[in-house]
Amino acid sequence: MSENIQTLLTTPLYELHLELGAKMVPFAGYQMPVQYPMGIIKEHQHTREQAGLFDVSHMGQIKLTGAGAAVALEKLVPMDIVGLGALCQRYALFTNEQGGILDDLIVTNAGNHLFVVVNAACKAQDIAHMRTHIGDDCAIEVLEDRALLALQGPAAGVVMVRLVPETANMMFMTAKAVTFEGVECFVTRSGYTGEDGFEISAPADKAEGLARSLLAQDEVSAIGLGARNSLRLEAGLCLYGNDIDTDTTPVEASLLWALSKPRRADGERAGGYIGADIIHRQHAEGVTRKRVGIRPAGRMPVREGVELMDGEGRRVGKVTSGGFGPSVGGPIAMGYVETTLAQPDTVLFAIVRGKQVPVTVAKLPFVQQRYYRG
Amino acid sequence: MSTMKYTEDHEWVRVEDDNTATVGITDYAQEQLGELVFVELPDVGSDLTKGEDVAVIESVKAASDLHSPVSGAVTEVNNALNDEPGKVNEAPQGDGWFYKLKLADPDELDSLMDETSYRASLD
Repeated sequence: MSENIQTLLTTPLYELHLELGAKMVPFAGYQMPVQYPMGIIKEHQHTREQAGLFDVSHMGQIKLTGAGAAVALEKLVPMDIVGLGALCQRYALFTNEQGGILDDLIVTNAGNHLFVVVNAACKAQDIAHMRTHIGDDCAIEVLEDRALLALQGPAAGVVMVRLVPETANMMFMTAKAVTFEGVECFVTRSGYTGEDGFEISAPADKAEGLARSLLAQDEVSAIGLGARNSLRLEAGLCLYGNDIDTDTTPVEASLLWALSKPRRADGERAGGYIGADIIHRQHAEGVTRKRVGIRPAGRMPVREGVELMDGEGRRVGKVTSGGFGPSVGGPIAMGYVETTLAQPDTVLFAIVRGKQVPVTVAKLPFVQQRYYRG
Repeated sequence: MSTMKYTEDHEWVRVEDDNTATVGITDYAQEQLGELVFVELPDVGSDLTKGEDVAVIESVKAASDLHSPVSGAVTEVNNALNDEPGKVNEAPQGDGWFYKLKLADPDELDSLMDETSYRASLD
């Protein structure tokens, strides 16, 4: 941790985190709560069983306005943005010339504009990327004065309906402008835990009050970044910088499902985004490595950076995320392996501190996703 | 009578009159590490040199090594930690002990801290 704590930014909930007894750590240039006194494992379980409140205000919230915004954004992502219905949202990827991934993001058609949420660590670069390539096609406004809260877990729905009745019956990956205790908020039914849940974009100066109202509900506890990571790993979701980066393409990352049909090689708006040629070729011809789930035998966690070998001792891949899955009750990981070894139940060996730990290629997600689809 | 000694790396050693000793990590260490999910213990019979990496401690956050605070031959390990590594969080100086050994050189204890010095070092 080379980041100097004095130079780190804080979110509008910083004082609340301290009051709740959070352990703060540097993350993507911010001081963020890694855990509260409950501890990572209990926070994780609480989110799976009830509802957890996460401060994700460090993430970038950006508004793209103008009649040409959707067409413009399609120059940067292999997704269907033009066809995105009003108040619907979609997972997207910024790609580079090599077909690599610059960041992953969520794009929402907010009616009169596109609402884009990007990773904290990438936001400056993402904003620059958009200004360079589509700055003349639409207005790009960074919403510096907005906080972002995520309420995740099976009780998230009842809690939200209690506090914001207008959120009733919102489907997974849809959005709505609502009034929450008199505050104008933009709510989406989405998240990063595999559970049902919501993300609430709120004015920075009102966020603490809304967070306190959510935390006052019996089902809701504050949850830190530690549990956020184990929740997303169990849900098979990529962490940018670990599981996907500029050297991995969406095809290698097993994110083919995210490549919208109209933008594929045989689609009505095929290509036209950065790196399309390479991604189309890989889609057609296949790739030599793929992202897979990895289930280590025994209890020893197998963490990022660990090399994977086959039975003959040949290096065949690498772990990109790994740790303990509290709901799985054991170690879990994700990583890249040679495509011929990417079939579930393939046995490989992880090299941990010089020892060979048997691991099995596993289907993702490790826990069932429980999104609300009506 | 037993004597408690501590290291700068937040390990403790409880030494008995017959020069057998029990080793574990302090409450401060378990607090810093967070909830443990895996512990790898040394083999009974292995000869340890002071400072040597002897056990692996994996928490929800990261892996770290336990350095043997003293030299000697391992006589017993706390196998209960294989299934319940969380015992270290619950009772770091009790049920959460790591291993026992026969001291090779009791003079090594002189370089370790007593409880008062250790507590002072945490402030």
